[in-house]
Amino acid sequence: MATGHFIEGIAGGRLSSEQYAGNFSDLHPPLDHHEALVESDRCYFCYDAPCMNACPTSIDIPLFIRQIATGNPLGSAKTIFDQNILGGMCARVCPTETLCEEVCVREVAEGKPVQIGRLQRYATDVAMSEDKQFYKRAEATGKSIAVVGAGPSGLAAAHRLARHGHEVTILEARPKAGGLNEYGIAAYKSVDDFAQAEVDYVTAIGGIDIQNGKALGRDFQLADLMRNYDAVFLGMGLGGVNALRADGEDADGVSNAVEFIAELRQASDLSSLPVGRRVVVIGGGMTAVDAAVQSKLLGAEEVTICYRRGQEHMNASGFEQDLAAANGVTIRHWLQPKRVIAENGKVSAIELEYTAMSGDKLAGTGERLTLVADQVFKAIGQSFVPAHLNGSEEQIELEGGRIKVDAEGRTSLAKVWAGGDCIFGGDDLTVSAVAQGRDAAESIHRALTSNGRA
Amino acid sequence: MADIRNNFIGIKSPNPFWLASAPPTDKAYNVIRAFKAGWGGVVWKTLGEEGPPVVNVNGPRYGAIWGADRRLLGLNNIELITDRDLQVNLREIKQVKKDWPDRAIVVSLMVPCVEDAWKAILPVVEDTEADGIELNFGCPHGMSERGMGAAVGQVPEYIEMVVRWCKQNTRMPVITKLTPNITDVRKPARAALAGGTDAVSLINTINSITGVDLDSFAPQPTIDGKGSHGGYCGPAVKPIAMNMVAEIARDPETHGLPISGIGGITTWRDAAEFMALGAGNVQVCTAAMTYGFKIVQEMIAGLENWMDEKGHASLSDVIGRATPNVTDWQYLNLNYVAKARIDQDACIKCGRCHIACEDTSHQAITSMVNGARHFEVIEAECVGCNLCVNVCPVEGCITMEPLAAGAMDERTGKPVSPIYANWTTHPNNPMAKVAAE
Repeated sequence: MATGHFIEGIAGGRLSSEQYAGNFSDLHPPLDHHEALVESDRCYFCYDAPCMNACPTSIDIPLFIRQIATGNPLGSAKTIFDQNILGGMCARVCPTETLCEEVCVREVAEGKPVQIGRLQRYATDVAMSEDKQFYKRAEATGKSIAVVGAGPSGLAAAHRLARHGHEVTILEARPKAGGLNEYGIAAYKSVDDFAQAEVDYVTAIGGIDIQNGKALGRDFQLADLMRNYDAVFLGMGLGGVNALRADGEDADGVSNAVEFIAELRQASDLSSLPVGRRVVVIGGGMTAVDAAVQSKLLGAEEVTICYRRGQEHMNASGFEQDLAAANGVTIRHWLQPKRVIAENGKVSAIELEYTAMSGDKLAGTGERLTLVADQVFKAIGQSFVPAHLNGSEEQIELEGGRIKVDAEGRTSLAKVWAGGDCIFGGDDLTVSAVAQGRDAAESIHRALTSNGRA
Repeated sequence: MADIRNNFIGIKSPNPFWLASAPPTDKAYNVIRAFKAGWGGVVWKTLGEEGPPVVNVNGPRYGAIWGADRRLLGLNNIELITDRDLQVNLREIKQVKKDWPDRAIVVSLMVPCVEDAWKAILPVVEDTEADGIELNFGCPHGMSERGMGAAVGQVPEYIEMVVRWCKQNTRMPVITKLTPNITDVRKPARAALAGGTDAVSLINTINSITGVDLDSFAPQPTIDGKGSHGGYCGPAVKPIAMNMVAEIARDPETHGLPISGIGGITTWRDAAEFMALGAGNVQVCTAAMTYGFKIVQEMIAGLENWMDEKGHASLSDVIGRATPNVTDWQYLNLNYVAKARIDQDACIKCGRCHIACEDTSHQAITSMVNGARHFEVIEAECVGCNLCVNVCPVEGCITMEPLAAGAMDERTGKPVSPIYANWTTHPNNPMAKVAAE
């Protein structure tokens, strides 16, 4: 009887418990004390540092690294948290190779940047392990603010608002806070329940009440919030998943990559999590890579990512693509899904069509390819679901299908701000969501007080 | 192949690399290992007079400072002279010299500042067939409190007196080891010469505290909550040592007095620099204590390679070659003008040159040109100070380029003069010897 990788169909228990534990251990193990000192010594303390300018939250990177080098990791953590209260998670999930580390002068000089992300993790780990709280709340302002969504932008906004002395209520649809940090990131990037530890660390400032199981449009309406609170921050992310637009995508075994990732993050026993023997992931972003790599790590024999454009167009970073390749995932380009083939209602293969650029438009070439598959993940992007906002009496203005905001995060409604993936112009990064939440909080604070004075 | 055999005041060794008097040369076991590794000679760790040996502390003897990656930059010690029995040391010296006749063995000595003490020790050392003696007038701690070591080395008259006793009572060549814990190293060197010394060696260690424990507020190294100044050595002291070597080498009164150079020598290059400044050979300690005896192999090969590349046939082609170029500030050519130049291809845009110049110097380096991050020297502001070169992390990226005679110095608006002119003749010098033209 076939065992392990070779069990046909979608099955759990493909690996031993040691293999599961090993496969889902920390992707970037933390630097130990000496490693952190050696690495921090590599930083040149640049003037007007390129890394700092590349960080969406503008963390003073040279300063926090120098603080590590001089034996002040707590001071270092404060430098990070001053700009980014979710600096711990960002240290784990930021695509540093396309942000701070890409522009590190050592990357320019020797192709080996200072490991800024791992140093940031070192400093924030020290502070969080000591439960060192750096911020005291300002005197109570008597203002209350509703935050929709306990993801990165909502938490960042809530923390900054609580610091300024406001009372914050976070309404979160899911059973746990954390948003994509809790439900949407590959397990090996956030081990040991770090997302929840971070939520606890952030909310320890006080004045933040998280109410779970409260979904906008279902359990409350935007208009209620506008009536009952002095201001509202919308940070509910993206609720929809784009369809394949391929025939037969309703077959058993075809599912959304984001749901698979969430399920995996919430699983207490990875062996109970079934995965196909032959998995095909449709898409070219971080979610596609997360789903593909984790399928492989769960014991799938063969995992293929199919992306409809070329390698250079993939949203997944070079590092992520390498990670996929290193884990045995095959990435195929210029292929779009046409038809899911099912036997007895279960997916057995997927038929794809080769694509090519025709002028500046992508077009199928007519040539087809069939890949045997017992599981297909859709990872072709998520979309904002504006229907949830329908309860508001005044319609909030959208742009490109997402909420339109100005530079400070103000929406078209006077008392409503927004940030994170639900706004137009975002770049789908945790760190950008944090910056937007933080900046919107400052804008709210200015609006509720007279220029910041309570 | 360059000949690196060394003849220092008649003491011959296959190379100019000796181990300095210190823990690495305290007993036969270590010295034999050193000779096997290739060291040309040793100065045996300082012997004291007959009788119960000195005792050392039983806690930390060393303190240190470190650079990046915990690379040891400076070491200090509060160890005393040998704490082994005199007769044991003498027997071992005799045996090792017999077994390794081609290597130099010099015996370091420190006995009380009375003639009888020296008269007593010299014959027993002579009996070992050692090649010479080195008078330890340098140790800054412990022994100095008992009127020896630096306590002698800081009083030129005592130096002269003790050297004379030694020269009168032994046929062995005498090397006088000098302490840097003085204001003008030329004075003790002159005194040693007046006493008849064959050579001086320098520097011994520098009074120092390497750190303070900020929990116990105790200086380091810490012995039961207290610390004492120890002798500082290692790469950090090399510039201080080289200046002292040069001062003695170029002093008209001591010019030509053989010098054994000591102080932070870690690589062949360090050794070559000391010799260029006038040292006839070099002594090494901290580098061996950090990396082990094998480093001498790098030193030998590196020195030979450099001498071959440059066409120096023997050490005499190198020794003292830089001495004539060491001068007083007042004789430096004030008409020499250099400007920093940044190689844009090598520049990694860290901006350290800019901020160093902008914050602390002459505002002569841009940070932004036409909206782009760009670091470039503003010649009209550059005084040629070299700070940018020193803070740049990329070797060779910023260079100091001399302006040719006749070229316009944009800072002064005047052409560069071809004439050598120094402060002694400068119009701003109220004591100028000759009026400026």
